[in-house]
Amino acid sequence: MQKISVLLFLAWVCFLFYAGIALFTSGFLLTRLELTNHSSCQEPPGPGSLPWGSQGKPGACWMASRFSRLVLVLIDALRFDFAQPQPSHSPGEPPVSLPFLGKLNCLQRILEIQPHHARLYQSKADPPTTTMQRLKALTTGSLPTFIDAGSNFASHAIVEDNLIKQLASAGRRVVFMGDDTWKDLFPGAFSQAFFFPSFNVRDLHTVDNGILEHLYPTMDSGEWDMLIAHFLGVDHCGHKYGPHHPEMAKKLSQMDQVIQGLVERLENDTLLVVIGDHGMTMTGDHGGDSELEISAALFLYSPKALFPGAPPEVSRFLHTYSAAAQDLQVKELHRLQTLFNKASADYQRLLQRPQGPEAALQTVITELQQFLRGVRAMCIQSWARFSLGRMAGGAALMAAACFLCLLVSQWATSPGFCFRPLLTLMACGLAGTIVCAGLLTTTGLKLDPVVLGAMAAAGSLLPFLWKAWAGWGSRRPLVALLPIPGPVLLFLLIRFAAFFSDSFVVAEARATPFLLGSLILLLIAQLHWEGKLLPPKLLTIPRLCFSASTGPPRHNGTHALGLGVGLLLCIRLAGLFHRCPEETPACHSSPWLSPLASMVGGRAKNLWYGACVGALVALLAAVRLWLRRYSNLKSPEPSVLFVRWGLPLMALGTAAYWALASGADEAPPRLRALVAGASVVLPRAVAGLAASGLMLLLWRPVTVLVKATTGAPRTRTVLTPFSGPPTSRADLDYVVPQIYRHMQEEFRGRLERTKSQGPLTVAACHLGSVYSAAMVTALTLLAFPLLLLHAERISLVFLLLFLQSFLLLHLLAAGIPITTPGPFTVPWQAVSAWALMATQTFYSMGHQPVFPAIHWHAAFVGFPEGHGSSTWLPALLVGANTFASHLLFAVGCPLLLLWPFLCENQGPRKRWQPLGRNEAEARVRPEEEEEPLMEMRLRDAPHHFNAALLQLSLKYLFVLGIQILACALAASILRRHLMVWKVFAPKFIFEAMGFIVSSVGLFLGIALVMRVDGAVSSWFRQLVLAQQR
Amino acid sequence: MKDTDIKRLLYTHLLCIFSIILSIFIPSFFLENFSILETHLTWLCICSVFVTAVNLLLYLVVKPNASSKRSSLSYKVTRFLKCCIYFLMSCFFFHVIFVLYGAPLIELVLETFLFAVILSTFTTVPCLCLLGPNIKAWLRVFSRNGVTSIWENSLQITTISSFIGTWLGAFPIPLDWERPWQVWPISCTLGATFGYVAGLVISPLWIYWNRKQLTYKNH
Repeated sequence: MQKISVLLFLAWVCFLFYAGIALFTSGFLLTRLELTNHSSCQEPPGPGSLPWGSQGKPGACWMASRFSRLVLVLIDALRFDFAQPQPSHSPGEPPVSLPFLGKLNCLQRILEIQPHHARLYQSKADPPTTTMQRLKALTTGSLPTFIDAGSNFASHAIVEDNLIKQLASAGRRVVFMGDDTWKDLFPGAFSQAFFFPSFNVRDLHTVDNGILEHLYPTMDSGEWDMLIAHFLGVDHCGHKYGPHHPEMAKKLSQMDQVIQGLVERLENDTLLVVIGDHGMTMTGDHGGDSELEISAALFLYSPKALFPGAPPEVSRFLHTYSAAAQDLQVKELHRLQTLFNKASADYQRLLQRPQGPEAALQTVITELQQFLRGVRAMCIQSWARFSLGRMAGGAALMAAACFLCLLVSQWATSPGFCFRPLLTLMACGLAGTIVCAGLLTTTGLKLDPVVLGAMAAAGSLLPFLWKAWAGWGSRRPLVALLPIPGPVLLFLLIRFAAFFSDSFVVAEARATPFLLGSLILLLIAQLHWEGKLLPPKLLTIPRLCFSASTGPPRHNGTHALGLGVGLLLCIRLAGLFHRCPEETPACHSSPWLSPLASMVGGRAKNLWYGACVGALVALLAAVRLWLRRYSNLKSPEPSVLFVRWGLPLMALGTAAYWALASGADEAPPRLRALVAGASVVLPRAVAGLAASGLMLLLWRPVTVLVKATTGAPRTRTVLTPFSGPPTSRADLDYVVPQIYRHMQEEFRGRLERTKSQGPLTVAACHLGSVYSAAMVTALTLLAFPLLLLHAERISLVFLLLFLQSFLLLHLLAAGIPITTPGPFTVPWQAVSAWALMATQTFYSMGHQPVFPAIHWHAAFVGFPEGHGSSTWLPALLVGANTFASHLLFAVGCPLLLLWPFLCENQGPRKRWQPLGRNEAEARVRPEEEEEPLMEMRLRDAPHHFNAALLQLSLKYLFVLGIQILACALAASILRRHLMVWKVFAPKFIFEAMGFIVSSVGLFLGIALVMRVDGAVSSWFRQLVLAQQR
Repeated sequence: MKDTDIKRLLYTHLLCIFSIILSIFIPSFFLENFSILETHLTWLCICSVFVTAVNLLLYLVVKPNASSKRSSLSYKVTRFLKCCIYFLMSCFFFHVIFVLYGAPLIELVLETFLFAVILSTFTTVPCLCLLGPNIKAWLRVFSRNGVTSIWENSLQITTISSFIGTWLGAFPIPLDWERPWQVWPISCTLGATFGYVAGLVISPLWIYWNRKQLTYKNH
């Protein structure tokens, strides 16, 4: 019952946070209003008749068409310098041999031979430079907004006025071939279309070859007025290999041939447009607004000579939009309106006097340009419109939830804590809100589900806040409200404040290890300051007996320092795998983040492959060693068998998959099918094995070796030999229970002897680590599929992750006192360090909280052909890749509570060995050596155990909660900041996703511990039953 | 504990501060183009030498722990050599810690090492002067209730404030203010210096303020 109430309460707290996040998001991330008005030929754009006087001509609209047909070749990610003509190098200099330079020879040739028929421009793409946003911008002429960037792979039809729809309505035949993003954007607009899947960025050739198959036949057939061909090969090549790979040269040469072929087939009335929708960075990614990403090539060619000209449609749009939306600033609007009126008046005047001076024309042009720029700036300013009320409400809700976490985690440490009032408060609040909501819906008021959820959350919070308020004034002083110790509070405050500075958000990958290292050194210094560390061995006078008997409360100083330095070393090594944010051009990303397949050298590749497999084996060996050390490997339970045999199998599968993935292109042609099949099967097999292992673990989580021996009852002598009178409180704490247990056992032994001659003695080996063994097994099982989703060399980071969390747990265990019967607590510094480490690992796995840095290739692990139309599975895979560290650390969070009990093992073991065995022990067999109670201490006090679990998870949620709160506040306060869309908004979205993943993981981890606890209880019950029979 | 002790402490600390100020102004008479930011490494060396010299001088003049049992020459020489070795070791130790904290490993080695030297000057040299090459005594001083005189108390305060200053000095590095002192390790060395000076100022005041509560037990 208690367990269920803990889980329910946790779920409710998570719901509070989610409601706050949802409310804030709905206020912060608003989309641009899309107008559905369409222009038509009957309504001319400006007052008066158009100067071109084209109304009468057949097939003309506002003006006469210069070309009757258009071939639009859209080469995805065609950066300007890809198409730039290369100056013929002088014989003295060596030629520059970048693979992407000077490969489009035919453009250069045409520009040289027919300068009046061709133009090459550099076009500037508006960020976000993702393909769908760019397509929208190119066809509608509007600005893409940030929010659309999220829907890149689930694009929707364009409802605004656009080029394709206008052409279709004018009766032109538009033929399309290429990227299937167009299918979603313009459903049913094409007279003929050949779509090819675009999502698989590792596939360089399907789309391009498909286009080439249809391009020339369609062109020759002549049944088209506009022909669009969208090539994806260059973009995918950039994603897979980067622009500096020889593959890029091949791809560009292929494009060159395509353009050449088209130019040869062009007829006199046809215009050829070759355009890149955006550029790419040095690593081949795009999405941001760096110079390389926004520069794209635009090439025009026609067998007829080209021309100048420009019409004013923008003013009418502005007028309509301001009437429809009212979000543009009135003053600015007026200024632009007058500017436009003046310009058009000048223009009209100019038209009446065609032979006017050149200067007048120039002023008109500058005025119009000024007008256009003004409109653009105003739209950019305004199309991120916020709902302040919702933002404030969401932030307040999150803050209240944080406060609640703090409050309840403090209650949970008090000895007289009980769960019932918590649940009743929660139930009251929820019931009240449901009644209110019911009333509201019956009255016919329609509410947003987001607002409804937020209201429910706020309503259910009220009783708690009221209770806190009531209890506050009477007995709680203000200081007690902040139970966090000073230094940790300072760290949390620094972390909180760092979210408000864009520099610190950008530099978080370096700031987090700094804070984590400082926290670790502070922990060690604090241990020393409080005298909990023994001085180093070199300095103490060797008093063996004495130093041995003061074991538990004090720890070896050099040991603690070694742990700390080891941790710092691990953190520093993990920092080598960082990926640079795009804002710092001086920084170089680690070359180890790319997959092995992109490496060119054969020998280095093999070495790296060896290192990765070595990391895998080391991880496996470490986990097995740990389990063996706590002897959880001996039982015949299925989950233990799985650990012994299934884990190596998973490692083997992973290694084989890496081998195939890194060398797939080198495989001989006969084996291609086999390789392709294996690269589908292997990852799925590993994931399946992991899932079945987790299932087994859930089914039989107790990994205990039971030995039933009939024989002489044992008398366990557990007393430590007399080594002087107990000197400290700690000694007493340790010795007294031993005496008690000794007596108990003596007594029981005597009873049994009187009852029967051959009593059944059950020895359960290593019950003391039963919880943490299950946790560690579960974490390892989780880590393997996650590891498979990353690039090969990230496996080293996973190894470091396990290593450093192990070291941290050991270090923290040194500082956490074991309060045997009473309420167990997990100190704040432990929880903060754990959360910091989760963030640090997020960065060292090669992530950055920006959209272009997402590892999209994770969606193809096990699905090399793409996913068809389903979007949730790739989203799940990419999400698991991005938030792997959040998930692992959240699931492993209960270890913070369990580990100090586990470390209790070390003191006694060291103590026994130098003292030798006395006679009584000699009779006891080695496995039955005195085991410390370890985690069974937790079981002995189930109420406190549950309270501690609740407290731990609330503290973790608090630390995560203030992070998301800080992000939300930063995004709302700095909403007009230059960097809001580039830094703060993505950071908020990533942090929110990370929070959701972490809270779910935390929930699962706590549930796993409870499942193990239940299994142990039933195991004890069975044992008792068996004995009674 | 008498007020005269506190006064002596204050005067010695003022002298230390004065030496740091001198290290800023004196070299510009001899060296051309000397400024803290541009010829930072030179300043580091000079400041380190000045502070060390003043500390040694004060140690010889004031003699806060006069109870040295043996005074043979060989003992003094070995003690001095030991002190030098300890100083070097602390420099290397700090260097390693900086690298572990995220300082570049290969580039800027000299800068990082000189930073380690100046931090050692602010922390290790006073320790060596006051406590001698005796790590056990150091550990005692830097633990709760471990100090036995106002000199040790002020040592504790100045050392900790130097470390805190260094730590805080790292914070401006990622900011985009584009100032010349935001470069590694200038902001950290400046932070260490400010921390040291602050410690020097604070510790006599703090001791004076708490002179009623402070009771030192002898060894």
